[in-house]
Amino acid sequence: MKRYGTFLWDCFRLSFVGDWRYHLWMTCLTLVALGGVYAYCHQFVHGLVTTGMTDQVSWGLYIANFTYLVGLAAAAAMLVIPVYVYRNLHLHDVVIFGELLAVSVILMCLLFVTVDLGRPDRFMHLFWRFNFPLSMLTWDVIALNGYLLLNLHICGYLIYCAYCGRTPRKAFYIPFVFIAIAWAISIHTVTAFLYVGLGGRPFWNSAIIAPRFLASAFAAGPAFIILTLQVVRHYTRHHVSDDALLTLRRIVQVATIINMFLLGCEVFTEFYADTRHVASAHYLFFGLHGQNALVPWIWAAIGMNLIATALLMLPASRGLRTLNIACVLAIVGIWIEKGMGLIVPAFVPTPLGEVVEYLPTLHETMVCLGIWAFGLLVYTILVRVSVPVLAGEVTHARRWSVPNPRPLSPSSLRTTHS
Amino acid sequence: MAQPDPNSGSNAAKPEAPEMSRRGFFVKGTAVAAGVSALAAAMSPLRHLTADDLPGLEEFLQKHYKEMTPEDKERALARLRDLVQRRFGVAAQIADPPPLDGVEFVYGLNISRCIGCRRCVHACVQENNQSRSPEIQYIRVLEMEKGSIDVESADHHYDSAQVPRPDKWYMPVQCHQCAKPPCVKVCPVEATWQEPDGITVIDYDWCIGCRYCEAACPYWARRFNFTEPQIPAGDVNPNMSYLSNRPRRKGVMEKCTFCLHRTRVGQLPACLEVCPTGSRKFGNVLDPNSEVHYILKHKRVYVLKEEIGTLPRFFYYFDERGSRYREPAAPANPREAL
Repeated sequence: MKRYGTFLWDCFRLSFVGDWRYHLWMTCLTLVALGGVYAYCHQFVHGLVTTGMTDQVSWGLYIANFTYLVGLAAAAAMLVIPVYVYRNLHLHDVVIFGELLAVSVILMCLLFVTVDLGRPDRFMHLFWRFNFPLSMLTWDVIALNGYLLLNLHICGYLIYCAYCGRTPRKAFYIPFVFIAIAWAISIHTVTAFLYVGLGGRPFWNSAIIAPRFLASAFAAGPAFIILTLQVVRHYTRHHVSDDALLTLRRIVQVATIINMFLLGCEVFTEFYADTRHVASAHYLFFGLHGQNALVPWIWAAIGMNLIATALLMLPASRGLRTLNIACVLAIVGIWIEKGMGLIVPAFVPTPLGEVVEYLPTLHETMVCLGIWAFGLLVYTILVRVSVPVLAGEVTHARRWSVPNPRPLSPSSLRTTHS
Repeated sequence: MAQPDPNSGSNAAKPEAPEMSRRGFFVKGTAVAAGVSALAAAMSPLRHLTADDLPGLEEFLQKHYKEMTPEDKERALARLRDLVQRRFGVAAQIADPPPLDGVEFVYGLNISRCIGCRRCVHACVQENNQSRSPEIQYIRVLEMEKGSIDVESADHHYDSAQVPRPDKWYMPVQCHQCAKPPCVKVCPVEATWQEPDGITVIDYDWCIGCRYCEAACPYWARRFNFTEPQIPAGDVNPNMSYLSNRPRRKGVMEKCTFCLHRTRVGQLPACLEVCPTGSRKFGNVLDPNSEVHYILKHKRVYVLKEEIGTLPRFFYYFDERGSRYREPAAPANPREAL
């Protein structure tokens, strides 16, 4: 127990150590996060009137970001499956970055849901009257928190073992790895069911939403990890092979194709049949009664996704430059499509046919940016700490066996440019 | 709430001190102080919080309505009376009338007669102590095109001084008190439920404000308090009940309750009483002598969005004769009418 305390203390101290770029990056993130705190405090005092939401469009940017991030979190499974199910060893050394990403992204998800609550002070009511299994929101609470705990356990155990200098015991983490795979798929399915289960919202009440969620998640998530791994490789001594990136590329490739196919299925069903149900989709793609705030966004998203898919199909995307462009396009395209493009149109028109548009306010945007900055801050710290620990540079033995009372001298820890 | 460690960023300005020197200590101390003050600045909007904005201990510990003992209920009602007195200077009667045995309320609305005057909308706001600024209304009257019953062609913002317009008809929509309410199903904390007399209610002290019920409702019947509701003290209706029209707070849902503080003690809903055309009929469907029973048995009845299958206790009906329209047939889509 005492050793675990020292472990946490060392991790805490490690997170402050780095060169000027690290500190600059962390300072910027902290400032943006504090901006989010400021905007949220404002919202806490005055109510959700500080956001652009209305009774007509009662969910907005917060829930849109939440939905997107659930997908990003599920993507960790796309690293785990090749390694543990198919024994693809290219990814073995980088799996942990996927799991750490899952941890920080789930924290962001929980924050996005919390800032969306009108009465966060009554949060504990969930513990006294939990409407399980009827309410899909309760399923989501279990799914997200369970996934957070699973990933915290797996990463925490592996990193702590490295810190103690012993080999991790398979029985303590392999079963959880497999549970986490199923769980990753379930967090996404459950989040899709949150929307799909509402009979009064024809735009959501469609069986294709859950598969589309998964496809887009398995495109955007690994794309994000491809970019992250290159950052890790660039700034730390951790070895990430090109083969690992190319394995991920194939996952993104297949997932974007499936995603575009499912989008096509949905668009066809809506517009060819052209029933009254098409109103929301019409608002999204072409505008309705002269209101068309989302139209440029969704076409930009579709354009980005198409270009990303095309680039990934080309052999040129085996080169990192093209691959990175495709990844950025896929990440942004899916963020628009699955965030605002999925949440807002379901509220336009309202069930009574009223067309009221939604425009996020500055406060709302600041809260969102703040949560993103906080998530990146957490992820940076997690990666910052885990790289030297996993490399065996910081261990319990080294900390205490060295006669120097402060063996953790920053110079030995500072990550150098590799 | 994103509350990062303020130190992590503030350390950036200084080089790493190899060991804890006096200078290092000073720089670190400055960094910590800068971080803490940045956090304090970020949280400065909280200074506008008043004592009423945060729940008191008693409210914080209050149980879910269904778990309250009679003594708990008494305490809660006393606390709410104090709150109303403090906020509005009004001595309110806050009761908790129970549902009556053998009663299931239904509401019929005669769309052959409704002239779209919106008196029901305003009577409802007064009766149920809705926020006046911003104004929350439970009833939305749609001005419909003749020859269509499609809500998407309706005008929500017509001028009620001009009604009834000859080429239009009017359809007020409010909570349908569904027998299979999707809003109840989705609530994660059971803050909303269906009472034995068919009325779906909300415990305003239990709602966490996630607005999932608002997304689930096919009739757009639920409203959210996006900010602290404002009611001029003179406009407060002092006849209140726990589950219906007591003043709500910021951040919770509310909805029509068929005026249960009136209807459970033998009165009629406020929207019905004010209606100048007699278009609104309310009663106990289990009573074979009731008007609503007669209407359901003998009139042409239309259920809005019947295909969604929520089994509403609110329905529309037509007069065969005596309509405000010259045409004998009401403008219903015959395929969808019952």
